[in-house]
Amino acid sequence: MTILQFVLFSLLKVLVVTVVLLTAVAYTVLLERKVVGRIQNRWGPSRVGPFGLLQPLVDGVKLFLKEDLVPASVYRPLFLLAPVLALGCALVSIAVVPFGNPAVAPEGFHLFQISDVNIGLLVVLGVTSIGVYGIALAGWSSNNKYSLLGSLRSSAQLISYELALGLSLVGVVLRAGSLNLRVIVESQAGHGILSWNIFGGFQIVAFFIYLTAAYAETNRAPFDLPEAESELTAGYHTEYSSMKFATFFMAEYANMITVSCVASLLFLGGWTSPFGSLLPPPHNIILSALLPIFWFVVKVFFFLFLYIWVRGTLPRFRYDQLMNFGWRYLMPIAILNIVGTSLWLALKH
Amino acid sequence: MHLILFIMFAGLCLAGALNLLLQKHPINSALSLVVVMTSLAVLYLLLGAEFLAAAQIIVYAGAIMVLFTFVIMLLNAGREERTRGSVSAVALGFPAVAAILAVIATVILKAQDLGSASLSDGITSTEELSRVLFHELLLPFEVTSVLILIAILGAVALARRGNGEEAGK
Repeated sequence: MTILQFVLFSLLKVLVVTVVLLTAVAYTVLLERKVVGRIQNRWGPSRVGPFGLLQPLVDGVKLFLKEDLVPASVYRPLFLLAPVLALGCALVSIAVVPFGNPAVAPEGFHLFQISDVNIGLLVVLGVTSIGVYGIALAGWSSNNKYSLLGSLRSSAQLISYELALGLSLVGVVLRAGSLNLRVIVESQAGHGILSWNIFGGFQIVAFFIYLTAAYAETNRAPFDLPEAESELTAGYHTEYSSMKFATFFMAEYANMITVSCVASLLFLGGWTSPFGSLLPPPHNIILSALLPIFWFVVKVFFFLFLYIWVRGTLPRFRYDQLMNFGWRYLMPIAILNIVGTSLWLALKH
Repeated sequence: MHLILFIMFAGLCLAGALNLLLQKHPINSALSLVVVMTSLAVLYLLLGAEFLAAAQIIVYAGAIMVLFTFVIMLLNAGREERTRGSVSAVALGFPAVAAILAVIATVILKAQDLGSASLSDGITSTEELSRVLFHELLLPFEVTSVLILIAILGAVALARRGNGEEAGK
């Protein structure tokens, strides 16, 4: 492939993935409203279109047409930079996620992944850690005490939980012997559900640590203290309106989707089928390309549903509980998991 | 291609460093430092050190600089006041900087057994890096971690000394 072809092909992939991701974001919001509605014994949005399916479109139009206020006392450059940074980082990390089986694609074409990086897992972690600036700067530049408190909480929470998150992934990396997400998935492809890291790899403890820390990283319930509406109005995005608010909103849901993708890649075998070789591989080329994507989407959907389920079920943590939980429980358990996994791997060889 | 990227990000790095010094507001300075760290990460990547680049982003740009901005926001530090500057600082500062740069440059240029790296070098995999780090350089690595542990303990001890009652909790 020449450089020009490579650039064009990459641009096409970026375009497709971004459009799919943003549509998924819009419909995750609808899913959340519907599911939380059912949990609270009401219908959720049901008026616009069949089953309320056009609600995200109408919401988008509403947010777009709202008046865009910039309060007089904000620090303008950072106030405008913050939402861009938040959404930018949320969208970038999807670039290293493999969606489907690369064996199906012709040689040299990474058809189901924007870029196949050796350090894919670290790229996701790095981009997430830069994403904190979006929230931190939004709160600070708003010149509002609720916003500032929200972003202070958020920075402290992210720093604390990123540690447990990173440590919980070491076990998976040790087993796969690589930081490349594609290789990590392929290391779990042997015997279907039995060789997934969560079951066959005995990484179930790491899985729960990852999930808990990831909920904290994405500021979702029960760790949504940065935007606890009963204490902080809306936290870091109190002063934002119209599309600037929508940008933060999209960033949050895009982050949820990325976290769900990474969770299914690392622990649930990514695009591999749960039945392994019990089901014969399809002979049809289109079917064998689409089936892995189907499994991947099912797993991601499961995690998104879990997110919403947890939000509808658990009350919010208190701040000191949050810090205690992160430092005194999650981190030591994550370290023990690393020690255990390394011992097991060392004894096995 | 490598050279174009190098010039772009080296320029960005220098611009960030200058901006860090010239900005009046601490938060702008801190953000310029983030730009410097991030462009350094790209330079590492150009030299084939992919793990180092990722670690640079995660540790420096992601964790340490977030702590910096966190402290600046927490203390609500305002703009710096403009002073006329002191004559002695200028008179001593610039020659001192020049002398230090000269010493470092001589040491680096005179050193014989320094390896070299070029922009088109292949990528060093994380596996190779960890083999060097945990086999050949195991002792220095462990000693460094003990050093950091001591620093952490020192910081905790200093932070606790202030109020005796609360420390007992």
